Amino acid sequence: MPTPTKGPRLGGSAAHQRLMLANLATSLFEHGRIKTTEAKAKRLRPLAEKLITFAKRGDLHARRQVMTVVRDKSVVHTLFTEIGPSFENRPGGYTRITKVGPRKGDNAPMAVIELVREQLAARTETAAAAAEEPAGSAAAETATEAGDTPAEDTTSAQTSGSAETSQAEGDADEAQADKKD
Amino acid sequence: MAVPKRKMSRSNTRSRRAQWKASAPTLVTCPQCRDPKLPHTACPNCGTYNRRQVVDPA
Repeated sequence: MPTPTKGPRLGGSAAHQRLMLANLATSLFEHGRIKTTEAKAKRLRPLAEKLITFAKRGDLHARRQVMTVVRDKSVVHTLFTEIGPSFENRPGGYTRITKVGPRKGDNAPMAVIELVREQLAARTETAAAAAEEPAGSAAAETATEAGDTPAEDTTSAQTSGSAETSQAEGDADEAQADKKD
Repeated sequence: MAVPKRKMSRSNTRSRRAQWKASAPTLVTCPQCRDPKLPHTACPNCGTYNRRQVVDPA
């Protein structure tokens, strides 16, 4: 059971809060990630995860219960056909909140709430990729240092070539990491 | 209606306002781009948090 919410309702009344959270959940399932204030993101997380648990169950009763919150039938369809099955192996923790700093204008603390797209087994792979990245840059540095010792004319070409290749490799690594995300 | 009896002197006004101070924010270094950023927050320069791309840099 999620921690009960403390303090006043968002927007002033219970009905207003319910409508805002329903709209936020609809947007989250439609776009996969939304940017909102930290307070709204924290209130949205338990509701969204409950709806995803309904989607994982997938029967008609669950669908009708989700329809009482998310009024958009196409969004409910994607929730039950794509989002729910993609979280088949994940035991909860379907969403991730990342703070992105205060908003210009009213200084409200903003956050990005997104559906977690990584598979559970892929976590170790991403960690390994992150570990490899600094190692690759270190290897490039040693290569440039080794290239400095021979004649001056060749070093510039060698260093530039090695630097370019290492950068290309780094870009490829980053691209792979992005794909995993 | 209650109103002030005396004009507030410049000295008192300035003494009060001397206490309006801004505090420097705590900053940490982004592991990705080495820029200073708020702790526990995505970097506004490179848009990463925990080496994961979270937002497009502005």
